[in-house]
Parts: sequence; C-alpha cells; structure tokens
Amino acid sequence: MTDFGWIEGAIAAARPQAMAALLSYFRDMDAAEEAFQDACLRALKAWPKNGPPRDPTAWLIMVGRNAAIDAVRKTSRNAPLPPEELLSDLEDAEAEAAERLDSSHYRDDVLRLLFICCHPDLPATQQIALALRIVSGLSVREIARAFLVSEAAMEQRITRAKARIGVGGAPFEAPGPIERAERFAAVAAMIYLVFNEGYSASGKALEAKGGLCDEAIRLARLLLRLFPSEPEMMGLTALLLLQHSRSDARFGDDSTAILLDDQDRSLWSRRMIDEGLALIDKAMLKKAPGPYQVQAAIAALHARAARAEDTDWAGVDRLYATLEIMQPSPVVTLNRAVATAKVRGPDAALEMIEPLGARLDAYFHYHGARGAFLMQAGRTVEARKAFDRAIALAGTAAQAANIRQYLDTMATRV
Amino acid sequence: MLYAILCYNHEDVVCAWSKEEDAAVMEKLGVVQQRLAEEGRLGPVARLMPTTAATTLRKDREPPLVLDGPFAETKEQLLGFYVIDCESLDGALQVAQDLGKANPGGSYEIRPIAMFQPGPAGA
Repeated sequence: MTDFGWIEGAIAAARPQAMAALLSYFRDMDAAEEAFQDACLRALKAWPKNGPPRDPTAWLIMVGRNAAIDAVRKTSRNAPLPPEELLSDLEDAEAEAAERLDSSHYRDDVLRLLFICCHPDLPATQQIALALRIVSGLSVREIARAFLVSEAAMEQRITRAKARIGVGGAPFEAPGPIERAERFAAVAAMIYLVFNEGYSASGKALEAKGGLCDEAIRLARLLLRLFPSEPEMMGLTALLLLQHSRSDARFGDDSTAILLDDQDRSLWSRRMIDEGLALIDKAMLKKAPGPYQVQAAIAALHARAARAEDTDWAGVDRLYATLEIMQPSPVVTLNRAVATAKVRGPDAALEMIEPLGARLDAYFHYHGARGAFLMQAGRTVEARKAFDRAIALAGTAAQAANIRQYLDTMATRV
Repeated sequence: MLYAILCYNHEDVVCAWSKEEDAAVMEKLGVVQQRLAEEGRLGPVARLMPTTAATTLRKDREPPLVLDGPFAETKEQLLGFYVIDCESLDGALQVAQDLGKANPGGSYEIRPIAMFQPGPAGA
C-alpha cells in the first residue's frame, strides 16, 4: 500500500543523507541539488506505481547519480534517454545495487554536508539559512518566513552564502579523529543555533519559527543515529528535547512569556522529557562530560521536578558551577546566580553577579535578574532602577512585559 | 496462540511526523486496538523510543560488551510491538493488515510467541 503523504515524508527524511552522498559524488552543490531534485521527481512517478523501495535514501542517490550522468550524455552525444518504462524496470536492480552502498560512508558525508554549512566566514543567520535550505530542504519561502524577510531577500542571501563557501576548498577526504571532533563541535553549535532561532521567538514570530525547533531536533537525532556513541551529541539531543518539551507551557493566551517557575507543568510533553532523560542517562554512563551534557542535566533537573518548588536547586547550582569551569562566560555565571539565590539567598546571588556588571551592562537579562534579586533582598529602590534599565534594553515586547509584572508585584506590595 | 506483531518502519520518517500527523496515526491505530481489546485479544502494546536511546549488551563474551544503538543496523527500525491472541497465522495477518491500514509504510513481522509473561510493571 502506498500513501502520498508517506512518499513525501520518506523523501524529506532521506534528504540529508542523499544530498550528502550526492555532494560527495559531484563535489558541487548545485549539481548535487539538481540531481536530488531530479531523483525526487522520478520517485514521485515511480513509487506510487511500484511501491516505495526498501531503502528510499539509497534509491534517491542511485537514481540521482544516474539521472545526472544521463543528462551529461544527452547533452554531449545527443543520445536518447532510455524510455520511461525501461527506467522503471531498471529501478529494482538499482535499488538492489543501492542496498550495497556502505552506510558507514554516509556518516562522514552527512557530517561534511552540515560542516560546509557552518563555514566560519558566514554569520550565524546565514549558516542557519543555508543548513535549512540544503540539508533540511525547506523552501526559500519557508525560510524567508522564519526570518521575517522577503522571499527575494532570502533567495539572495542563500545564493551569496553558497557562493561564499564555494565547495572547491571543502575537505572531501575522510576526516581524522581530531578533525572529526572539530567538525562535530561546529555542527553541534549550528544545530543549537537553529534551535534557538525557533526557541527564542515569541508573539507573531513564534508561529513562523516554531518549526525550527523540530527541525533542529531532527538534525540532532540524525547525527546521533550516525554517531551513536558521541556523548555530547546525546547531550545536545537531550537538551533540545528537554527544552522543547516545555513549548506548550511557555506562553500565555496573550502570548506573554511565562517563566519556568510559573509554567503549568502538566502541559510539558512527557514523551520528549522521557526521551531526553533516557539520552542524558545514557550519556552519563560514558563518563566524558561536556557542556551540552551539563546543560541537559540542568534541564533534566527541571524536568524531573513535578512542581517548581520541588526543583533540586542545589543540584542546578552545582551543575552551573561545573559549566562555569568548562565554558566560563558571564551569562553562565548569571544563570548560576539564579540557582544560588534559591539555595543561599539573594545576597549571595548579588555578590556573585556584581563583578559581571561591566561586561553585561547592555544585557537585558542581567538587569532583569539583578532587579529580581534586589527585590527579594527588599532593596526596592535599587530594584526599580534595575528593572527600568531592563525594560529599556528589552528586545521584545514579551521581555518588557515580564519585567513590568515584577514592577507590578512590587507596586502592590508597597 | 499468542502472536507478536513487531512494527518496523523508517525511524527518520516517523520521527519527522508533526504532532498532528502523529496524533492522527495514533487515533486510527486506537480504533483497531479498541476492537481487539473488546474481543479480549489485545495483549501489551509498546511504542519504543528512537533507536538513539537504545543500548545493546553483547553477551557473547566475558565481560559482556555494552554498545550504543540498536542490535541490528537495519534500513528500517523496530519501533514498537503488539501482542495479540489469534486462532491462526491467518487471523494474525488480518490484524496486521488492519493496523497497516491505520499506519501505512514500513513492515510488520508476525512472530508466534512461545512464552508470555505480561508482568506487573506498568499494569
């Protein structure tokens, strides 16, 4: 039995691996994209008739390659293409040959394809746009919508990004262990960027960008399936799942953000939490901790707490302390301070963030958190000043609205 | 006779379903399950987490080797299973066909069960 939705799903799912293999075959992005498109058109014709092949990915790769070779022959010698019926007959044999494609080669191909998209010369937004276009196969229109720009502008951005990375200099030989680890880190960071682009959206943009979180999870799972023993990849996948599990609880009816402590936890996705917890559990057995695992472990402590007041804040505080050592940054310290405030009170938290003032002076969350600590400590005048500063720095209406809630709380208390 | 129906499909396709698509398939499967349950023929049903959450213990050596991932690297992955009570293979095939209509794509492996302990967990 064949189902049209299933065919489209199979093509979309096959895309990263098929594109990766075609790119490593043609060593040219446009040729690979064209071959893939061609193979998809043939799949839409052949699969409803013959049923889906056992391995859609291998089928698309073989047919894509052959179609491109046929096209070259056609233009060079003007030899006629084989008739359509013959092509369909051939496909079973092709699929069989495709079965023999060594899946272990896919791994480095897919990693390379993603790695090419995170070229260091490209700004983050272009890396994301390129990965979404080439790896995920989102249409330019869909990407333009997610970035809130016109289709023409996005088309131009992607074309420029492609020209900039070229593929000429891309490393096509199999990577050594050190290189592979470097590629992994770059690709993991890019996947996290894709996720955050969706996760940080609010209001109207949320609807357009929400799908980016799912896409990032899909990419993370893909990489984890190809490299099943990478603890940091387990950590990243767990982190994305655990954060995304809260998506139904993060915004109120009027699309204002609801803080973690105030969320209705019954709206959290149990299924994503369970998978995230299973992955972090598995990663910890490796005893090779890394920043994604630690962040996932923090998210796991929140996920495990049935009520906000059940949160193991001391555990969160300890994990942030570990993260501070692994990945020192004022933002990590600021996050730690939130946990510290719960465990040791607002004065300890204020002391912890005081040295960050110079570096985080233009950072909305710094003044927001500082205001909250000051408020807890009963220093209302200073708190109000910090909140005013936060509102001035708010990037979104939702952020400003959140701070105003604090101000309102203070006003009612006085 | 008790039969296990092992559900194989392309994990990357199934994992890419939207929440709505997933819910629609589950609802259609629920109709078939409901009927089997009313007939007293439905045993445990399990949907498995993605194979990325799997760990394999190779016990053909001492000490056993712990590996990440599913036992077999196959094109399609074992994503879940049913236990159903049927008169014959024919009956089990009929059930599998009904389930297949609700959830197209992939394959079901039908395996007669030699020993069955439903177990108290999750009951």
